Amino acid sequence: MPSVKSVETILMDHPDAGRDHLIPILQEIQEAEGYLSQESITKVGRALEMPSSKIFGVATFFNMFRFQAKGKYHVMVCRGTACHVKGSGRALDMVTKALKIQPGETTRDKAFSLEVVACMGACGLAPVVNINGQFYAKVSPMKLQRIIEECREKEQTHVHA
Amino acid sequence: MFAIEANGQTIEAKRGETILQSLKRAGINVPTICHMEGLLPSGTCRMCVVEVEGYGGLIPSCSYPVAEGMKIRTNTPDVMTTRKTIIDLLLSNHPDDCLYCARNGNCDLAKLAADNGVRERSYQGGRNRRPKDISSPSIIRDPDKCILCGKCVRMCDEIQGVSAIDFIARGSKAFIGTAFNQGLNVSSCINCGQCILVCPTAALSEHKYVNEVLQALADPDKVVVVQHAPAVSVTIAEEFGFAPGTDFDGKMTAALRRVGFDRVFDTSFTADLTIMEEGSELVDRVQNGGALPMFTSCSPGWVKFVEEFYPEFLPNVSTCKSPQQMMGAIIKSFFAQKEKIDPKNIVSVSLMPCTAKKFECGRPEMGQDFVADVDYVLTTRELAELFRITGVNPAAIEPEAPDTPFGERSSAGKLFGASGGVMEAALRSAVFLLTGEEMQDYTIQALRGMEGSKELRVKVGDLEVGAAVVSSLGQARKLMDEIKAGRKDIHFIEVMTCPGGCINGGGQPIGADKSAIQARMAALYQIDSDDQLRVSHKNEWVQRLYKEFLGKPLGHKSHELLHTHYDKREVLL
Ligand code: SF4
Ligand code: SF4
Ligand code: SF4
Ligand code: FES
Ligand code: FES
Repeated sequence: MPSVKSVETILMDHPDAGRDHLIPILQEIQEAEGYLSQESITKVGRALEMPSSKIFGVATFFNMFRFQAKGKYHVMVCRGTACHVKGSGRALDMVTKALKIQPGETTRDKAFSLEVVACMGACGLAPVVNINGQFYAKVSPMKLQRIIEECREKEQTHVHA
Repeated sequence: MFAIEANGQTIEAKRGETILQSLKRAGINVPTICHMEGLLPSGTCRMCVVEVEGYGGLIPSCSYPVAEGMKIRTNTPDVMTTRKTIIDLLLSNHPDDCLYCARNGNCDLAKLAADNGVRERSYQGGRNRRPKDISSPSIIRDPDKCILCGKCVRMCDEIQGVSAIDFIARGSKAFIGTAFNQGLNVSSCINCGQCILVCPTAALSEHKYVNEVLQALADPDKVVVVQHAPAVSVTIAEEFGFAPGTDFDGKMTAALRRVGFDRVFDTSFTADLTIMEEGSELVDRVQNGGALPMFTSCSPGWVKFVEEFYPEFLPNVSTCKSPQQMMGAIIKSFFAQKEKIDPKNIVSVSLMPCTAKKFECGRPEMGQDFVADVDYVLTTRELAELFRITGVNPAAIEPEAPDTPFGERSSAGKLFGASGGVMEAALRSAVFLLTGEEMQDYTIQALRGMEGSKELRVKVGDLEVGAAVVSSLGQARKLMDEIKAGRKDIHFIEVMTCPGGCINGGGQPIGADKSAIQARMAALYQIDSDDQLRVSHKNEWVQRLYKEFLGKPLGHKSHELLHTHYDKREVLL
């Protein structure tokens, strides 16, 4: 596994960075840490002399950034065209209701996080959901509910054990 | 100057100005939303479009430079329909909440709709529902009423140099929020309320305490005492239809008694007291090698700003509490003892031009033995509401004098309401205290007026004092950075958070343009030139307070009651 870069090294890789370096810096941080934490945004703000409200504003302009650490189960729902046509919207609704979180968020117990992605390249299996790297094909809201319940049960036995 | 044509009539235009400016001077009204006087145009709302012959399409007049020979039309069918459509779209997802709205009767958006003949809903847009942010003791944000004009963001960033808020997300999901969309109370917001003054809707308003005050007034066991800041008497009349600059000092005092306050005190009294304490502090710092330059501490937005952005300068901020807090402290000590009232039974209300004062009175160090110096702060706007709710019309009442022992004031204390006023008052007294002689002419013209930054070198006795006055935190930032870079010729700096000072505070009547603010300022100068008592050190009641209670400036009691301390604040900058 390649070593994970710290925010400091990322910032050092961009000496004399101006505001035009903001997006690449944020991308690298997200790659390294999985999300953009308050601490890292503050550090970037200090380095680029930008208020954190501005950085947050710019970062939220793009869908690619998340601001909460991923949960133990990272649920990616495809919203690409094929999946959309096959009803991924309803699947997504189901997940947001069941987990009580919106895309980009993580549940309080840090068990689940949700992300919406564009085409995952498996359109034949639409609608597609991916949890921690495992693909689930042709998910209906019902099927998805079962999958999530299974994860939850696993999680609970794990906690009780 | 050159000639252009507007709606068939010839008008004059100046090189370098925008079409909007030329039209305005000629009395041709073009509606605007995102336009802000004195700032570069952002050109986002398109409300200000006009037609120019030979230029294709519609031109935003707020950002387009005027050119010789232009033939402009501001009221063609095309222009009028476009305006209407823009308003239609803004209203399409707006809550129809005018009846219950904080800006009812005073709303730019409602006025735009009325003025442009938008009288029915054309589009029904999906509504974003976002919770109100009531976390701040000073400012309430109601994102549902926001039309995303961006003026608050620009005010906070370009004028105040704070940048607590910005546009978050994009498209139909966009909204105005803080970093990480947290409550304003944990953001870098310094509670100045300048964003409220520019907001065209009720998306921003002050945190109101009118009901709490009404409850206290209705409680027979409470002694309810009120103080009013120097800048309130010269603006409250605007809320009752009078021209800016009308002074309601005596009328307001009388009206406050009708509302039911047991005592009416004048914060200008403790402004005089501040001059005694702060003047002595400056002399002490100069003589005993204390931290210099010294900054004034009467503006609570500024104090929080230093705590957040320039903590290394905290030792340079005067330890004096603000006049509001000094008044609060002596009401619940000296006054309570004298009148034999348990301080716990006193409700201390303060009428301020300022939203940050609400935050200030809640600071934990602003009290004694778990009793707060000041209980509730109402802005000038809330005072008007209080008068209306209780059916008291200050305009119709004969003026009355305030109560003793904190009613007498010098006009120097009154000058605290305008940028430069604290410095002017301080210098008047410093000259006397250091030389034993009064100034020939008390007026110090160089410190007056709306400029954001004013400087003066004066000889006070043998001392050559470098004095600087800044208003708005953007201006303060500039000066701080100069000092950080090594500037050493300034000893005493007055900072007011709001541009022009408290007369343009975030709690003042909404809708004042530059000339209205100048009129408010002129009213304070007029009061000063008409007054018999123009220096703080001759305020007899202040002298008596020292004799009977406080001892001497910077003495033990003063330290306990009138001085405070500051701490570095951890917020998301
Ligand atoms: S902000 Fe204006 S238009 Fe909106 S509800 Fe309030 S008064 Fe009505
Ligand atoms: S109150 Fe002042 S500091 Fe706070 S958001 Fe408004 S403009 Fe910015
Ligand atoms: S809060 Fe007010 S000033 Fe700020 S963008 Fe919304 S409508 Fe404009
Ligand atoms: S659209 Fe979902 S996998 Fe291609
Ligand atoms: S006022 Fe001209 S674009 Fe908004």
